[in-house]
Amino acid sequence: MSEAGPATNLQGDLLKRAVTTRNDVEEIFLVPVLVVAVAIVLGGLIMLATGIAPSRIGIAFAALFTGSVGSIGALSETLTAATPVTLAALGVALAFRAGLFNIGAEGQILMGGMAATIVGFAVTGLPPLLHVTLALLAAALVGALWGALAGWLKAATGAHEVITTIMLNLISFRLVDYLLRTPPVQRAGRADPISETILPSAELPRILTAIDPNLRIHAGFLIAVVLVFAIHFLLFRTTRGFEFRAAGLNPDAARYAGMRSGLIVVIVMAIAGGLAGLAGANQILGVLDRASPGFSSNIGFDAIAVALLGRSHPVGVLFAGLLFGALEAGGRQMQVSAAVSIDLIAIIQALIIVFIAAPALVRFLFPFAFGKEARR
Amino acid sequence: MTTMAPMQRGAIDPNSRLRAVITGWVLIGLAVLAAAVFGLDSAGNATFRLTLPRDLVPLPNLVVPAAPFAYFVSAILAFLGVRQFLRGGARWSSLSLGIGLMLAVAAFLVWTAAGKSFSLTGMLESTLVRAVPIALGGLAGVLSERVGVVNIGIEGMLLAGAFAGAVVGSLAGGYAGLAAAVAVGGLFGFLLAALVVTHRVDQIVAGVAINVFVLGLTSYVTSQVLTKYRFLNDAPVFRPIPIPYLSDLPVVGPVLFRQNIFVYGALIMVALATYYLFHTRHGLRARAVGEHPEAADTLGLNVFRIRYVNVTIGGMVAGFGGAWFTLGSVGRFDEGMTGGRGFIGLAAMIFGRWHPVGALMAALVFGFADSLQQKLAILQTPIPSEFLAMAPYIATIVLVAGLIGRARAPAADGKPYIKD
Amino acid sequence: MDIELRGITKRFGDVVANDDVSLTIRAGEVLGLLGENGAGKSTLMNILSGLYRPDQGEILIDGKPVRFRDAKDAIRAGIGMVHQHFMLVPVFTVTENVVLGVEPTGLFDRLDIGAARKQVRRISAEHGLEVYSDALIEEMPVGLQQRVEIIKVLFRSADVLIFDEPTAVLTPQEVNEFFAIVRSLRDAGKALVFISHKLREILAISDRISVLRAGRIVGESDPKTATEADLAEMMVGRAVRFTVERKPAAGGRPLLGVRGLTVLNENRETAVDAVDFSVGAGEIVGIAGVQGNGQTELVEALTGLRPAAAGTVSLTGTDITGLSTRQRHALGIAHIPEDRQRMGLIGAFTVAENSILDSYYEDRYAAGIALRWPEVHKAGAEIVREFDVRTPSVFALADTLSGGNQQKLIVGRELSRDVKFIIAAQPTRGVDVGSIEYIHKRIVEARDAGVGVLIVSTELDEIRALSDRILVMFRGRTVAHFDAATASVRDIGLAMAGVVPQPRAEQVA
Repeated sequence: MSEAGPATNLQGDLLKRAVTTRNDVEEIFLVPVLVVAVAIVLGGLIMLATGIAPSRIGIAFAALFTGSVGSIGALSETLTAATPVTLAALGVALAFRAGLFNIGAEGQILMGGMAATIVGFAVTGLPPLLHVTLALLAAALVGALWGALAGWLKAATGAHEVITTIMLNLISFRLVDYLLRTPPVQRAGRADPISETILPSAELPRILTAIDPNLRIHAGFLIAVVLVFAIHFLLFRTTRGFEFRAAGLNPDAARYAGMRSGLIVVIVMAIAGGLAGLAGANQILGVLDRASPGFSSNIGFDAIAVALLGRSHPVGVLFAGLLFGALEAGGRQMQVSAAVSIDLIAIIQALIIVFIAAPALVRFLFPFAFGKEARR
Repeated sequence: MTTMAPMQRGAIDPNSRLRAVITGWVLIGLAVLAAAVFGLDSAGNATFRLTLPRDLVPLPNLVVPAAPFAYFVSAILAFLGVRQFLRGGARWSSLSLGIGLMLAVAAFLVWTAAGKSFSLTGMLESTLVRAVPIALGGLAGVLSERVGVVNIGIEGMLLAGAFAGAVVGSLAGGYAGLAAAVAVGGLFGFLLAALVVTHRVDQIVAGVAINVFVLGLTSYVTSQVLTKYRFLNDAPVFRPIPIPYLSDLPVVGPVLFRQNIFVYGALIMVALATYYLFHTRHGLRARAVGEHPEAADTLGLNVFRIRYVNVTIGGMVAGFGGAWFTLGSVGRFDEGMTGGRGFIGLAAMIFGRWHPVGALMAALVFGFADSLQQKLAILQTPIPSEFLAMAPYIATIVLVAGLIGRARAPAADGKPYIKD
Repeated sequence: MDIELRGITKRFGDVVANDDVSLTIRAGEVLGLLGENGAGKSTLMNILSGLYRPDQGEILIDGKPVRFRDAKDAIRAGIGMVHQHFMLVPVFTVTENVVLGVEPTGLFDRLDIGAARKQVRRISAEHGLEVYSDALIEEMPVGLQQRVEIIKVLFRSADVLIFDEPTAVLTPQEVNEFFAIVRSLRDAGKALVFISHKLREILAISDRISVLRAGRIVGESDPKTATEADLAEMMVGRAVRFTVERKPAAGGRPLLGVRGLTVLNENRETAVDAVDFSVGAGEIVGIAGVQGNGQTELVEALTGLRPAAAGTVSLTGTDITGLSTRQRHALGIAHIPEDRQRMGLIGAFTVAENSILDSYYEDRYAAGIALRWPEVHKAGAEIVREFDVRTPSVFALADTLSGGNQQKLIVGRELSRDVKFIIAAQPTRGVDVGSIEYIHKRIVEARDAGVGVLIVSTELDEIRALSDRILVMFRGRTVAHFDAATASVRDIGLAMAGVVPQPRAEQVA
């Protein structure tokens, strides 16, 4: 292979970034749009196949749209649903960047959520802002410890994080079940597993009640957005982030460069767990006000999909989280208006993941939409 | 031109000393537990019933004096633990930990059963039954990872098998349902292969997508269609088939020879897979593809086809395992009814070191824990049942950390093969 | 069996790997195919062995055109290839590797391992290729692995054997044994192709020589009349100096001291066994030895990547045995690792990011926790210019650079700071001649500036060209110690095989 480039490069040329090509634009904007379109069309075909009349399918799609972005109320629902999944996905994405597969977000959400619940009802006499902050910090801390445990096991003994996080998930399900059946967490006078209700001072304040008191969007969304940019800064602007990415792309080279891989694993898993813990706190403090079995409602697994869809880039994760939130909110409306099961949304989400992961399929379906280079 | 020389591969493992020490502490902790909790708290004898009511040959009950047994176990555990600090090699710490955990479980059983009577045979029987889907999930993983394809989608394949089994079983009978389950499992195996082998989709992403897709599709169809047409979700259940004579043996008979076709099928498949992978021409080729696809390619083996075939077979095995949930137990499909068994199967595969028999053994450990928890709920131990339910998962973490940190996955596991 | 290649052209994207190449391979003859790294030799042979399909041109066997759809077709046609990176499954036995793809089987597809073993033993006896048929490949020395590759090819009754850089991993004595095998195969009527960039070996073994440069055949040569200089010029396209220009060593104060250093490998076996040596300021010490004799572990112990089981390492008299990689780096130890793509670079990082891979935390690149990207990019550009790395921009990914430029980037990163001591492992492996010359020059310049250098290489020529003193490692020990000016290849080669010259040339310092 011949040597590329001229022998002497001017420093100016060397520091020039590559121009954004048509290919990049297609990659970043066109592909996701087409993917979502194809997935939704296929969702329609599935409805058709399960005997839903075309007119009702039309109503369903209309509901999907109006329920997600059709009104202020719908937007509020979308953002509310997007918040926890974005937070948890941010953690999963960070772990991906560092070469770790954190299947444990679900358990970290549960543990963080329980911590928020306990601080939320058991600590009394605090002013609102302080109380909610304390509850959030407790959730982040407990989630971080739960995540760091898997990280430490990997660093210290080589135990694969996929196994340990799956097991920690299962353990946390049982632990939450136990806590919810045991006073003082269990609500006084109840036999079924449900926690005490958190105090109003621990609630994440709703941020758009000035417009309409029923809008559920709460301060958690703002926290999520801030954290998206914080994680972006961490990954791409700090020395730690440099280490994370190096260890993720080539752990051997990172070690040879003097980075401490064990420490990196523990820190990354702690941050990932902390973010998932915050996601749990968001559900409790912002939406549910109390914990019941399975309050994590699969957010931890959706987060894996969101992280993948966002290509493990914080900003990508934000957009993917918004998309999933919109599908969730729209799906609920769809279920109400058209009596189409919300499970259809999961199918559409899966199709989106597949097509995003295999862009060749999209190019195959839409050959005319792409430039020559991309098709090669 | 820049591939790594095969000599340079192999995990760097500076931690075996640490692992030995951790193992030592775990063992000593168990020794203290056995003496201080099980020993001090035990009174009387634990009675284990070995015979089920319908057995032909009644056996006497096994009676164990509880407190002395606990102290005996504690002594052995302490010995093993101290030994770790004196001379803990990697090999020995694994063995000690394995023995130690088994002893601790035995001591625990005796403690809970002290002063009561407990059907050991019944528990072993349900152990095997509960191990079936996990073992088959693990086996599906073994088949696919041995050719270098990571299969996170086992959970989805189990669920697809369960669903197809229920619906087709309701319409056309149990065997048709079973065939449909196997076919649908194979279809998703093929789909996974198509995504990761041909389209080089990241293997974990593809597996996650299959899980989400199957969960969504089956739940959707269940709530959209099956709730309306209930006859579509009312499948026959395969009954146990006693093997003549063998099923009359004490203990062994009911445990091994009075089961339904899923238990027999799982055992046969494990045996067949072991023969296939380690004693046949095609098995050798499959393993070569999982370890060093370039080498296989230079010898004219079709890496892509071998991956397709094995991943598809793995999917069929998972589909069969999925049918256990419906045709093998309740005859009805419920949303998300596999409840993470596929992931536990994945753990069983790694636990079992990518060997069919190992995966089966690991699945039995999970099945044992599962059935133990059920039985203990009846015995009313002072420990909350949730903590008992957690025990196997904690044990798995301990074992994975102590036992198989060094286990080696097939070298090309998770890597797409790129020609040209 | 004769084979003719006519007008073979192969492109990868925009790169033309082979451009209208024509060659003839004859039975009972060794064809030497000479070319430097990246000249297109391997591509050409991969076409001949059915792994790649040519874009243009044809292959004729005994005058008849053939088409290979895959490796199987080529094997069936009697063509066998021994790849540079052995195509052996490490966890399989010798027998399993040899029969893979053409296994003797019984009922129910049962692998007849007994019959296979017998056939393997027969072939190894027939050709004098001794191996233990049940040994696991990963537990065998490389020299033996090569025999397994040859048996594998013969097992498929190949008439044409292609050897791609076969001597890279062998001691000089093993090379001689290997040549004996090649000659006996030739005398048995096989057609052989010997691919190499090593002039001396090509001259020694070939009956005819073809030279490949930048994908084209640039000349043919008769080994009886050709000289190394002629061939080198043909291969590189300009006159090449074989020796590195260097002044005698300054022989300064001792810099690196290694005393009784013992290091364990992954399996807790002793890989480095009580090694003693020292390197002075302004001195280059070369460590020769066949791959896998403890060099990797030694380097890892010196750089803090692997703990020392016993013994000490000191730098300018200070004990550094317990220090981390990072701390040693800060003390001025530079490390050029042996496998640039696995250990030295992050392929998906940019050139700039790679240029600060081990110093990103230093104040010049970081303000508190934040990276100073403008400084990083400037530093990258500086290294690119200073060390002649050919890249369009510092934002190009390291993956897109050629091997030589990747290596220059690593060398640049390691040398472009205040360095006291350089540890260079295989600094020019798989690199083009121009880059080799350049890297050697920079290392010698560093030495002349008073830096101590430890070169670890399996290329004896490289060790001899650069070193002031030479140590030979065999099974974890330094078995011999030579003055580079007076040592003979034969003595070093014997030491690499564990045969220590008596009396020792010199006491170990």
